[in-house]
Amino acid sequence: MIERKRDDEFVVVSNGMLGYGFRESSLDAAVEAGVDLIACDAGSSDPGPYYLGSGEPFVGDAMTLRDLRLLVRAALRAGVPLIIGSAGGAGADVHVDRLLGLLRRVLDELGAEPHVAVLRSECSREDVTEAVLRQRVHTFETGTPLTPGTVAESARIVAQIGPESYFPALGEKPDIVVAGRAWDVANIAAIPLMRGHAHGLTYHMGKILECGSLAARPAGGGDLILGRLRDDHFIVEPTSPERACTVASVSAHTFYEKSDPVMLAGPGGTVDLSRTRFEQINPRRVRVSGSTFRPADRYLLKLEGARLAGHRAITIGGVRDPNFIRNIDTLQQGVLDRIRESQRGIIDPSQYSVTFHRYGLDGVMGAWEPNRIPGHEIGLVIDVVGETAEIAEAVCGLARSTILHIPFDGRQATAGNVAFPFSPAEIPAGPVYAFNIYHLMEIDDPETFARTEWLQ
Amino acid sequence: MTRLTDIAEVIRSKNAGPFTITFDILFATDADFEAVRSAGLINRATVCRLYGVSDNELLGFDYYPFARAIKFSLRRPVASGGPGDADVYGAQQHAPLLDLPALPE
Repeated sequence: MIERKRDDEFVVVSNGMLGYGFRESSLDAAVEAGVDLIACDAGSSDPGPYYLGSGEPFVGDAMTLRDLRLLVRAALRAGVPLIIGSAGGAGADVHVDRLLGLLRRVLDELGAEPHVAVLRSECSREDVTEAVLRQRVHTFETGTPLTPGTVAESARIVAQIGPESYFPALGEKPDIVVAGRAWDVANIAAIPLMRGHAHGLTYHMGKILECGSLAARPAGGGDLILGRLRDDHFIVEPTSPERACTVASVSAHTFYEKSDPVMLAGPGGTVDLSRTRFEQINPRRVRVSGSTFRPADRYLLKLEGARLAGHRAITIGGVRDPNFIRNIDTLQQGVLDRIRESQRGIIDPSQYSVTFHRYGLDGVMGAWEPNRIPGHEIGLVIDVVGETAEIAEAVCGLARSTILHIPFDGRQATAGNVAFPFSPAEIPAGPVYAFNIYHLMEIDDPETFARTEWLQ
Repeated sequence: MTRLTDIAEVIRSKNAGPFTITFDILFATDADFEAVRSAGLINRATVCRLYGVSDNELLGFDYYPFARAIKFSLRRPVASGGPGDADVYGAQQHAPLLDLPALPE
């Protein structure tokens, strides 16, 4: 049972990922008890660079529609804003447009014509290059400075906008906001900040709520979470009666997916959790206080970019012969040498890369694997990325035939080294992208940074 | 000998952005956390040895009493999802921590 909303609190119900599903009854219960905002993150860089690079969403339209229908209906019925950030997964313009297409369908179904603000945060290569040349782009976790050449190679670049970029649109009292790539906290924090809530508590609450029920126990099976922001503390609780927020679940979530759990960096400064207190106020609710904010002297947006790295072809095989397994390092090198030799003057080694994923030996951890005692069989994925799909497929085919027959000292099984489960053995796996920009861009005015439009 | 898997509640790894993997070891009680901390067997050197990395590649190893946790991060050899990566989410890099000696005897 969710307690009724009090007059002195700002209540947010948050869904961790649009399209991953949540319980309809959870949303109904939260809205029934009273909320000021329905917030929903729709993106992440976690599924990898392919989605930003290719423009594809990482959640299927059917799943997105299901969640969107419920959220829009609840928001319009309750008369509170719905804010969706990082639309379409990677949050570039193409992703935003795809989500707007789905939103139009939902609005048609409902026969509703709400006021919908659209905030775009894709950056042009020209603008980012200019920022690089003006030395306003700072090196971050890639460890290397951004160059105009790298910018030119990017298929798409987005900036994670902060809550301030929502302010002008929010001033117009929209019913729904759809934002491109955004700091996951921004969707939750923008309205409370405009109403004068303190940055430290607001951001910390946003950070805990942005993954939905991941901060509750049991954590599995995505669901909603609710936050009550008050003057000097906030309270988090799950919307589903079977879950509970505990001091352990909430403080552990403060750790999740970040390298510094005490200082949480955001676009305009840092949330300092060194004096934060977590208290269990009843079996399902945790009270959090003491989180403060240190504004930075410059406003930094995280840029993300992806470049086309090539095209992939893979082949999957199993190795059972212990003599082969003992010699696997040498044999791999032998395969690469033979491909190079046979393709001299045709395909240059600079036009492809080959990775041997050796499951049962070090397939998961590679160089970090401390336990190099192989199992009795090894699953081999030969992963070729070539400049073109043709090159990838040619090299993959050669790798397959070469590893099948390559001789070695002590070989007794002279008919073949690898069990291939499929015919054809090579599988074309499409374009491959790589993150090539993960830098911080300094901007002067976050309030005018996003391009704001209104859905017609 | 008590291993980490015998005393910790959560042992996990996950991306913290596309270029870093962060590792969390969480304990269920203050007593477990304090016992492991005071034993001192889990430290920068043991982690570096386990993953075969040098000390300057290990980012922010620390004990955090407020969350009863140990946390450290490693820079990825290959960015998430790029050619040559084997763990896009970084979610299976924690396993060797399970068997680390956490308490003597």
